[in-house]
Amino acid sequence: MTTRLTLTAAVALIAGAAPALAQETACPIKVGVLHSLSGTMAISETTLKDTVLMLVEQQNEAGGLLGCDIEAVVVDPASDWPLFAEKARELLTVHEVDVIFGNWTSVSRKSVLPVIEELNGLLFYPVQYEGEESSKNVFYTGAAPNQQAIPAVDYYLEELGIEKFALLGTDYVYPRTTNNILEQYLKDNGIAEEDIFVNYTPFGHSDWSTIVADVQELAADGSLVGVVSTINGDANVGFYKELAASGIDAADIPVVAFSVGEEELSGFDTANLEGHLAAWNYFMSADTPENAEFIATWHEFIGDESRVTNDPMEAHYIGFNMWANAVEAAGTTDVDAVRDAMYGQEFPNLTGGTAVMNANHHLSKPVLIGEIRADGQFDIISQTEEVPGDAWTDYLPDSAVLVSDWQELGCGMYNTETETCVQIESNY
Amino acid sequence: MIRSLVRDTPSIPWFLGILAAFCLGVTLLSEATGTGALSTSFVKTLGKTLCLCLVAIAMDVVWGYCGILSLGHMAFFGLGGYAIGMWLMYARTEIIVAESLASATIPPTPQEVEDAIATQIFGVVGSNEFPWLWAFADSFVLQLAMVVLVPGLLALVFGWLAFRSRVTGVYLSILTQAMTLALSLYLFQNDSGLRGNNGLSGLQNLPGLGAVPQSVVSITFFWASALALAAGYLLFAWVVSGKMGSVIRGIRDDEARVRFLGYHVEGFKLFVFTLTAIVAGLAGALYYPQAGIINPAEIAPIASIYLAVWVAIGGRGRLYGAAIGAAFVSLLSSWFTGGGAPDIDLGIYEIRWTDWWLVLLGLSFVLVTLYAPKGIGGLVDLIAERRAPRRTGDVGPDAGALRKTEAAE
Amino acid sequence: MCRALILLIISALVGLAAPRADAQSGTLQDILQTHAGEVADPGRRTVGPLMEDLAGSGLPGVARFLERWSDKQVVRNTGDGLFYYGTEDGDGYALADIATDEPAGRAAADAIEEIRPNGGVRRVIAGALVQFQLSDPDRAARVAALDAIARRPAADQLEPLRASIPDEPDPALRARKDRLANLLTARFGADTETRIAAIERLSDAIDLETRAGLSQILSAERGVAVNLPADANVARVLEIGSDLSEADAYSQLVEADLAPPPVTNAGIREALAGAMAGGRVGGVPRADLSDPAARTRAYAALAEAGTVPPLVTPEDRAVAVADHVFYELYNEPDPAVTDAASAALAEVEARVGRHQVLDLGLDAISLASIYFLAAIGLAITFGVMGVINMAHGEFIMIGAYTAYVVQTIVPNYTLSLVVALPLAFAVAFGAGVALERLVIRHLYHRPLETLLATFGISIALQQLAKNIFGTQARPLTAPGWLDGAWVLNDVVAISNIRIAIFALALVFLAVLLLILKRTRLGLEVRAVTQNPGMAGSMGIDPGRINMLTFGLGSGIAGVAGVAIGLYAQVTSEMGANYIVQSFMTVVVGGVGNVWGTLAGATLIGGLQKGIEWFNPSNTLAAQTYMILFIILFIQIRPKGIVALKGRAAGD
Repeated sequence: MTTRLTLTAAVALIAGAAPALAQETACPIKVGVLHSLSGTMAISETTLKDTVLMLVEQQNEAGGLLGCDIEAVVVDPASDWPLFAEKARELLTVHEVDVIFGNWTSVSRKSVLPVIEELNGLLFYPVQYEGEESSKNVFYTGAAPNQQAIPAVDYYLEELGIEKFALLGTDYVYPRTTNNILEQYLKDNGIAEEDIFVNYTPFGHSDWSTIVADVQELAADGSLVGVVSTINGDANVGFYKELAASGIDAADIPVVAFSVGEEELSGFDTANLEGHLAAWNYFMSADTPENAEFIATWHEFIGDESRVTNDPMEAHYIGFNMWANAVEAAGTTDVDAVRDAMYGQEFPNLTGGTAVMNANHHLSKPVLIGEIRADGQFDIISQTEEVPGDAWTDYLPDSAVLVSDWQELGCGMYNTETETCVQIESNY
Repeated sequence: MIRSLVRDTPSIPWFLGILAAFCLGVTLLSEATGTGALSTSFVKTLGKTLCLCLVAIAMDVVWGYCGILSLGHMAFFGLGGYAIGMWLMYARTEIIVAESLASATIPPTPQEVEDAIATQIFGVVGSNEFPWLWAFADSFVLQLAMVVLVPGLLALVFGWLAFRSRVTGVYLSILTQAMTLALSLYLFQNDSGLRGNNGLSGLQNLPGLGAVPQSVVSITFFWASALALAAGYLLFAWVVSGKMGSVIRGIRDDEARVRFLGYHVEGFKLFVFTLTAIVAGLAGALYYPQAGIINPAEIAPIASIYLAVWVAIGGRGRLYGAAIGAAFVSLLSSWFTGGGAPDIDLGIYEIRWTDWWLVLLGLSFVLVTLYAPKGIGGLVDLIAERRAPRRTGDVGPDAGALRKTEAAE
Repeated sequence: MCRALILLIISALVGLAAPRADAQSGTLQDILQTHAGEVADPGRRTVGPLMEDLAGSGLPGVARFLERWSDKQVVRNTGDGLFYYGTEDGDGYALADIATDEPAGRAAADAIEEIRPNGGVRRVIAGALVQFQLSDPDRAARVAALDAIARRPAADQLEPLRASIPDEPDPALRARKDRLANLLTARFGADTETRIAAIERLSDAIDLETRAGLSQILSAERGVAVNLPADANVARVLEIGSDLSEADAYSQLVEADLAPPPVTNAGIREALAGAMAGGRVGGVPRADLSDPAARTRAYAALAEAGTVPPLVTPEDRAVAVADHVFYELYNEPDPAVTDAASAALAEVEARVGRHQVLDLGLDAISLASIYFLAAIGLAITFGVMGVINMAHGEFIMIGAYTAYVVQTIVPNYTLSLVVALPLAFAVAFGAGVALERLVIRHLYHRPLETLLATFGISIALQQLAKNIFGTQARPLTAPGWLDGAWVLNDVVAISNIRIAIFALALVFLAVLLLILKRTRLGLEVRAVTQNPGMAGSMGIDPGRINMLTFGLGSGIAGVAGVAIGLYAQVTSEMGANYIVQSFMTVVVGGVGNVWGTLAGATLIGGLQKGIEWFNPSNTLAAQTYMILFIILFIQIRPKGIVALKGRAAGD
């Protein structure tokens, strides 16, 4: 008890936020879980809901927070974007939760943003995304493009010596923005425009023969061709099948995917995928004691030894623990105090090293590149140092001048050229 | 005229009375104007439900009265939402941009302001220019006109093409469904000019009214939706009453006979199709500022089929039936999927309604079609029949739909 | 004799690097230890010295080490820091000596560091292995060596490759070796005549390797100058407007320091903001600067004063561009070689173009047969019976899931497919009969209600599938003999599974026509659909016929589901993805006629591929335009391509 008091006092002194002390925290502390449990996104998001429940249970076993038990409030936005906003409002006004862990896909996050900002809530978003956004009320624990896409392309350029790129994606905002950034990045690295082939297909696309033939045709001038795939979900099945049927293996034309992880692979026949690549911040095969413990706890919690772990789960793991530590440090669950305490929070990654929460609400995390194995796991063949997530990419001229710094500048979209804050509230 | 309208459609005073009482009740219980027993998010849900009732009534007129099973009316609804959403996004962004540029040393040129707005809106889809679609987005009045014109024109052109070549029945249904599919596929593209899959978001924040709390906004929109519903009810009651109503019902029951009687069937159908499309667009323009976000998934063919489901369950051929159906099914649906319904533990298997609700809906839909073609509205008939037996005969679609059976036998 | 020659060449290669190797002492392990970091964590660009030392050592175990290193079988024992060949064995590793491959004991898993060279390094290793593998007795090793040469042709491969040709026992490989040797000669040959002769021999090829080789001879770089360089091998002079836009040309000038950089709008703003004094800049008051013309005026005043670089006007730009010549220069200095190569490449490209059309045609046929398969069941239930069955897509799904379940029970893929095809038919047939008896029978005279009721079924079935199988795609794996593709050449190829689907579609067409035209059932079906009352009075039971017909259509959909699942994915929504298109196919083709469905599928499949051809980067747009086309097509031919005439046309 005394240690906690001195701790909070010390933090309050450092932060100069004495009023925070005056606030009493109401027990129990409520954690909102905003993940779809039905509809198309259910398969991915249900796992994350279970992850948060597991983390809450762990924290309660360890004595809760600030002397209170934590209670998880689970709602189901049913993969319906307007419903995300409605449920977020319900969580914040009816259940009065102190923090929300949730969302998957940018469009759901954009739907929730105005509500969270209006009611001054706190959201932890655990999935890799396209960047170009920074909200005062959201902590992005997934990868920004410079923590996934750029290192993967660097790997192509440096390690594999790829000379021509096929950027294949599903037609929605994450692939579009990521590919825009990559196109610019590749041009900056001396790849000619005509050596970059970009194609978008609808969700669940199945007719891949023409596209695979187009990719093959790229190799006609003797260049080494690499595919950067932001193809989403089920469509990957047909894509890899067609690649294999055309006799292309990873040695001829490698594919690096940003949306294919352990969870997705469990639905594929991995024989066709061996040797192809994926870039994430976490792989289940990471060989660290923290990861072994995490996997063991997960298997025990879910009661199924065959369940895999994946990157967004690690994001929630880091995010939840950082939030808990920030609450301890702030001595309250008050959103503004917790936000201030979040900056500079450190927590060990499951893959080794330490994740740090930066002033732009993004994490510093290592980037891993894995080769798909026959058993649906990944061989980690490259691991970088911790890379700080970048809210506004440096590779698009409009965004290069923008920075996000909530700690010093108090602004998520600060124009360094004109030295003005473009906006404080997000423009969704 | 009002008297004759009420005589033809005796449900008008009932419907308006119940609607007014409902509005009053909600107002007294809301956070902004009453006790606060109803949360703002629930008031928004109710407001949205009223908009759905409006589009369901429109659907009832085109299907239940005119016999055109349109599987494309939610596309018009969505287009209305997009039209108003464009202005909302533009105006809100304009304020933000003006604020941030005001402090610059050099005052911005109009072109620079527009570019900055475009970067803000389209930055997320990797563009920084306004597509031609947004030519009128800076003007509230023009964009409001778009709410009516875009769905109206699309319906007019599509209807003219379809009715002119005498496409009827299921062919027309499939054609309207194809139109919806084409539209949603088009909007799903990132370079469609409407932000692709991300759609338009943050619509609940009205430009210039940032200081007004959402509780007030929600109750205002609730009342606006209620007024629109009341006006729509009166409008359609007028359309389906009198001589024009008879012709429209005649077309439903036997198009060829009406044509031989000298009526210009295509003209009537086109009128009904276009008018209902416009009302659907208006309903959408009221709905999406309450929902906060519109994206192409809202226009997908399934949405229009649900619209038909509501009308069928509520009861075709009576305006109040459609409204009841829309309200009942959509509220029940959100109750079930929201985890409101208690799970049933069967010992060996636990029925979780979030998983099983769609199965239940699908099957109940089959049962209603098979055994209760009059839908929930049929219950009202039972009560009304007992009080005052009708002597004019049933003008609902079911008797008409049976004509083929009679002809065959 | 030849073998001796190879040995001679290898020892010559060894000899080249010999002085370096002498510096190292002895064993393979020693070399590896010298470069321990590079062995454990190799990189494509940094692995060079290690590879040189290995090649230079001439040790017998080098080839084996390289192969196993590439296959991720080399491990490091963190205890003694030595490298071993390791195989996982229970909870530990069985080790083998790196030089002799003799067993060298065991080690616990936590003492072993696995070494995983990445794809780039593996490519380098494959290149180094070429000299060992070209005459390897194992055919697979020789193929790997040739693949490595094809991927990265280099001048020093030519001699070993030529030397290995006479000894090659496999005729196919020998032909490939000949071709590769020819290609290498064309690029790296000693004199112009040999090279041109080699290039001319290449002009009848179509494969990727040849095209790659020719393109590399013809690789060119852009340049700009006041006059065309005299002694260079010029590829072409670029015309402003057609080959190069004026803006691009000007930026090329700026890059070459031949023109001043243009002043951007942002640059003007910055300059004006910097020179702002007392609310005025260049004599223009601050408030006026929101007008672009005033800005230009103010900037011109500043430029006059010499504080900022002058504005580059469009006229300046045009003059600067017109004063220079833009061109491309071949990297290859010999014009005779480049002329021969471009002639050969033009010939090859023309042939490739023709074959690409053929390939697209095959793709279109394949897509058409998939649409046909998905729609053919509907051609019966909707086309012949006139029943709108929105749950048709779910019968496709049922068939696919049936095959998936069979595959989880029967592990042999071929056997499971043999079981799955009839079973999928049976299950979907049963489901169809049940649907007809329970629902559709009551709604024959209310087509719009049928549409809605079957839609209810469709929603329920989809959700049911989700509840049972989950929302994730399920794998349905084709047997080995359906893997791979039928390859005519490097341009024209089609996967076996698509050929099988095409064949299946043909079989269905034949069977269906046979049933409808040649059997008693077909006669009764046609009778019942044309006039149920009359058919009934002739002693046909219309109820039974309707039931069987509907079951037949549904069963065929089930089999189609197996085929579609094999080439794409099995999800609960797979049927819904095809339903609108299937209705389109039937309507466009003409209702009531199986041939019509075939025509519809061909038209839609061909059209979609055609649109994709024009706009390859956006498949979604192709689908949108196709649907628009269909809507317009129905305006012109409301009864479809193959319209029934006379009484059969009905109303």
